[in-house]
Amino acid sequence: MAGFDKRVYSYEEAMDGIENGMTVLAGGFGLCGIPENLIAEIKRRQVNDLTVVSNNCGVDGFGLGILLEDRQISRIIASYVGENALFERQMLDGEIDVQLTPQGTLAEKMRAGGAGIPAFYTATGYGTPIGEGKEVREFDGRHYILEEAIKGDFAIVKGWKADHFGNVIYRKTAQNFNPLAATAGRITVVEVEEIVEPGELDPAQIHTPGIYVDRIIQGTFEKRIEKRTVRES
Amino acid sequence: MALTREQMAQRVARELEDGFYVNLGIGIPTLVANYIPEGMDVMLQSENGLLGMGQFPAEDEVDPDMINAGKQTVTARAGAAIFSSAESFAMIRGGHVDLTVLGAFEVDVEGNIASWMIPGKLIKGMGGAMDLVAGADNIIVTMTHASKDGESKLLEQCSLPLTGAGCIKRVLTDLAYLEIDNGAFILKERAPGVSVEEIKEKTAGKLVVPDDVPEMTF
Repeated sequence: MAGFDKRVYSYEEAMDGIENGMTVLAGGFGLCGIPENLIAEIKRRQVNDLTVVSNNCGVDGFGLGILLEDRQISRIIASYVGENALFERQMLDGEIDVQLTPQGTLAEKMRAGGAGIPAFYTATGYGTPIGEGKEVREFDGRHYILEEAIKGDFAIVKGWKADHFGNVIYRKTAQNFNPLAATAGRITVVEVEEIVEPGELDPAQIHTPGIYVDRIIQGTFEKRIEKRTVRES
Repeated sequence: MALTREQMAQRVARELEDGFYVNLGIGIPTLVANYIPEGMDVMLQSENGLLGMGQFPAEDEVDPDMINAGKQTVTARAGAAIFSSAESFAMIRGGHVDLTVLGAFEVDVEGNIASWMIPGKLIKGMGGAMDLVAGADNIIVTMTHASKDGESKLLEQCSLPLTGAGCIKRVLTDLAYLEIDNGAFILKERAPGVSVEEIKEKTAGKLVVPDDVPEMTF
């Protein structure tokens, strides 16, 4: 790799350096905009004892759900984990530590992690089990709890288009948590549908500037749909 | 007669105003979108990062990159915007959404809401519900007035773990429309044919009954 060229050409290279016990931030909402090939590479490598930070944990047999099959995840920080029977069993058996986090707080924890903000106050969760044990402060008569930022050893991200320099554009609602995860990884890996020459993307349309990105790889995607709903025509 | 799910949605829709940005939760709240009054323009926010949710796609428009917060495939209407989850919750937490409609297991006279967790049962997570109730001034909770066993869901104090504290001011049940003020439920309207007596009987928390409680009309 030379200069700002972040391209890698194999998924093995893309996930080089991932080790047991690391924290991995993953983009995606449900199965929409998940880095499916990077997840598959983590499975192939059989690294374990991972802490995964992601809004959801995939479904049985797809997305992050495949990392449950060989018990590679020991801890997950997520807002909603309801679509996965294997996950439920591991949670009930105490094999996996689940830290449920409100969705907006989770997004902001990643954003803060990438933006050099160690913690922030939010009204979300005050007076609920989520606020227990957390510092409380009052501003203008309202109560807020202190929530700490999250950073990852790796961030795995799914984009639509990127250039060689790692400038990324997401497609439609596949954006979701991806640009936030991208900022908060010590090593940020982005897989995209198409890599284009620098200069081809409009600089004003970039969602994730290349400064956040360490590796870019072009892949092909199944893009499984979780709940296909159509209108009567 | 208790209201049907559709009637509950219809009643909530009367709280919409032209130019409102609205977040609708899963279940009955979602049905509100079917009753937006003619000539009124309302923009629906979906917390996965879509402002201006459109209808479900036609068969040939289905796009895996285009979903709503319920993970259903959707379309974007004209004038929609798409953004990150942090941006989405900035607009929710920042109080920019004009009306939030969501379901609950219980509410109480202090405006507390419990909607995400039943201890001993499977815990799936709160998703965006805690952010929504913490960020919105204008929230309508929709739920049945009592459980199938007849247990009231309008309580003096919530028994389940809270989603938010002191944040609910309006509740529409299948029996009544109530406001929460000063440590009590205020009975504002009743479902057609439902007596004040029945509502009193099924409301465990303190209930204030004004002299005149009009029946809803549909």
